Amino acid sequence: MDHLDELENQSIYILREAYKNFKNLAMLWSIGKDSTIMLWLARKAFFGHVPIPLVHIDTTFKIPAMIEYRDHYAKEWNLNLVVGTNQKALDEGMNHEKGRIVCCEALKTQGLQLVMEEQGYTGLILGIRRDEEGTRAKERYFSPRDKNFEWNFKDQPPELWDQYKTTFSEDTHIRIHPILHWTELNVWEYILREKIPIIDLYFATPEGKRYRSLGCAPCTGSIDSTAKNVEEIVEELKNAKTAERSGRAQDQENTYAMQKLRARGYM
Amino acid sequence: MGNNGSAPDLSTRLMRMVIVGHVDHGKSTLVGRLLSDTGSLPEGKLDFVKNICDQQGKTFEFAFLLDALQEEQEQGITIDTSQIFFHTAKRKYVIIDAPGHKEFLKNMVTGAADAEAALLLIDAKEGVQEQSRRHGYILKLLGLTQVAVVINKMDLVGYDENVYTKIKTEYSSFLESLGVEAKEFIPVSAKLGTNIAELKDEMPWYKGPTVLNMLDQFEKKPRPDHLPFRFPVQDVYKFDERRIIAGRVESGKLKVGDRVIFSPSNKQAVVKTIEAWSVPEQPTFATSSESIGFTLDEQIFVERGDVCTLMDELPIVSTTFDANVFWMGQRNLEKGRKFTIKLNTQEVECEVHEFKKAIDASTLETLTNQDYIAKNDVAELTLKTRSPVAFDLFGSIATTGRFVLVDEYDVCGGGIITTYTPTTHEDKLRDEVRTRDFNWIKSDIKPEERAYRNGHRAALILITGDPGSGKGPLARKLEHSLFQNNFQSYLLDRRNVNLGVSADLRSSEEESARRLGEVAKLFLDAGHVVISTSNAFHREDQEDLKLLANPYQVIEVQVSSKPAGEPDILLSLDEAQNAAEASSKIQNFLKEKKILMGHNYSI
Repeated sequence: MDHLDELENQSIYILREAYKNFKNLAMLWSIGKDSTIMLWLARKAFFGHVPIPLVHIDTTFKIPAMIEYRDHYAKEWNLNLVVGTNQKALDEGMNHEKGRIVCCEALKTQGLQLVMEEQGYTGLILGIRRDEEGTRAKERYFSPRDKNFEWNFKDQPPELWDQYKTTFSEDTHIRIHPILHWTELNVWEYILREKIPIIDLYFATPEGKRYRSLGCAPCTGSIDSTAKNVEEIVEELKNAKTAERSGRAQDQENTYAMQKLRARGYM
Repeated sequence: MGNNGSAPDLSTRLMRMVIVGHVDHGKSTLVGRLLSDTGSLPEGKLDFVKNICDQQGKTFEFAFLLDALQEEQEQGITIDTSQIFFHTAKRKYVIIDAPGHKEFLKNMVTGAADAEAALLLIDAKEGVQEQSRRHGYILKLLGLTQVAVVINKMDLVGYDENVYTKIKTEYSSFLESLGVEAKEFIPVSAKLGTNIAELKDEMPWYKGPTVLNMLDQFEKKPRPDHLPFRFPVQDVYKFDERRIIAGRVESGKLKVGDRVIFSPSNKQAVVKTIEAWSVPEQPTFATSSESIGFTLDEQIFVERGDVCTLMDELPIVSTTFDANVFWMGQRNLEKGRKFTIKLNTQEVECEVHEFKKAIDASTLETLTNQDYIAKNDVAELTLKTRSPVAFDLFGSIATTGRFVLVDEYDVCGGGIITTYTPTTHEDKLRDEVRTRDFNWIKSDIKPEERAYRNGHRAALILITGDPGSGKGPLARKLEHSLFQNNFQSYLLDRRNVNLGVSADLRSSEEESARRLGEVAKLFLDAGHVVISTSNAFHREDQEDLKLLANPYQVIEVQVSSKPAGEPDILLSLDEAQNAAEASSKIQNFLKEKKILMGHNYSI
């Protein structure tokens, strides 16, 4: 069993724990590489089926190719896709010019909140990873959020021997992070090994630009790269010395931007 | 943070390390130093943190790299664990930086439970402190035996060998009392980088390895393939025509064609296929740590919590066992209160049966005459579960010999099972029943086929109550009424068993109950609805009957004005008087429970 097998088996175990313990469960699918490999892992865990609805929070500022990709595979993989949009905020003119943090909170966090309320989900599976940035490094596999979606990072449940927090009081929900222990490089190695179809925005354009992390068009920058396929991305990452989310504007906004966003319910 | 620099061979697994120790003894600084000295920092990270320091008017410290949360920087302590990836020339590591503050023990446990080796940090100036000892004890309880001690801040004591020797002597004798042997005591200055990546000149008296060399000497924990096969059932899926038993192989190996036993139910079947999606070819075997699924040759009822093993390597099944427990809950762990035990995928109510020893984990002193433990303390105790659980001793198979305790909604304790002695009558009987079940010659007619023919499944209806409460007339009425509805009912009167099968017994109640149970089992095996009555005073007998009738269902109908235990149906004395109505009430319940299915039911 190599390292990728080890990661895969652990993620499958977590997905199955989530499926067994939560009646109203959903999986967030951002179309990015992380949640797409998570979806792949779910198909492994459930032997080719995806018995969990997939939620996509559409801010309407997403790169159009992402929506095409989403709809294509939702059909091909027979997914139960739920799209959530904070229409009210959009109608009131919300966009990133009002402030990146404000915009993320309204269109993503509140957008998610709306879908969760509508559908009554008590468990939400997300594809975050510990190596993405500092606050995510502190996460649990099963992480509780209170009714206002707030994350109490100062008082997190202990997690040992694969025993997770699966009981909780009303008004709270649990976020489940099956690929928390993967690194960016692991994700690409896995995509390569499993031949997972991944959106081509990650591959370098003839102009030598590619996305390393995907988000909304106005706030996601591309990086200089010549990596045109998965193999080349794996090679590039092995030698990379810059942080993955360096192209994501909300992370750089100010020192504690990400921590504040996440404590208030951001993914 | 970083998967960076040129990576060693991908096929090598990550080594998981934890760094523990008392608050302020310099754990985060050591990790920051390790990252920096191995060239494992992502570009920009250092500047990002330095920038924060400038904004806040602070001098940069390596610890800030890790303590990425705002609160931690303000107080200068690690609140939660963080995981940092780095590599040496030999292999890749993930380092878990665990908080040293007493308040955050549960976070330390979270970090350390997952590790394969540990560095325990002691401040040269402060010496051995409360958490140095507590963390040592917890490492032992978590089964972590690869430990090296790092004596930090040697620069603050003038690199004095005497200081080093004093701490080494004191702490090794502490570890010895736990049965743990430290691989090495390394004197360092994490802040100045002394003896971290290379041996510096300041301490010529130290001839041992650097911290990095030490890490490379730790051994990967071998996967438990050589141990008996253990597979706690996680779930049963029926997404398509396959009925897949899903779970993870905790130890040992499984192959197609193996005959497997499920405990505590003692059911058996043969593995027909091992299922997998998107693999080049369907697997024929599975080894430890694999999350798998398989199908069986027979449709036996299996559910989450059952532990699947091979025939000749059974787990222990019991309701009582001895354990060492550490407690992290706000409320005490005490006698008389109910908790939930989570042991692999089993989840059962339990309580502390007896405190053998309550221990202050920071001093290892026994807290005498104490029938509870508070947060951060440990105990040796006997636990009692409400229904039997399947387990192993931690010393023989670690993964099925450990558990957590849940108080209300929260995991509040962890423990390892140290000993089990089958002393109670119940344990002995359970072992007997198990042997009987395994050697039982099965009919070619399957229970499902009998159920189809009869229109009902086999079940034991046990009517309990005080003498004179009308149990007898009710039992007779029920037998007759079921018979009239074309069901195979039989009233097994205890007196009849005593007249014949147990004629040689004079007064042994226990043995007479066992024989009644064994006779009932034969009728159940023949597919009947067996009705029997039992005196309310004989609750142990009733427990024995349930044990003996396993895996058939036992339905308890209690006739009483003062209910005891948890009967399936409770009838008042008045209700029982009207036997016809009571009988139809029981039958409705049996229909609800799908025991009476009717003759056209197809299974």
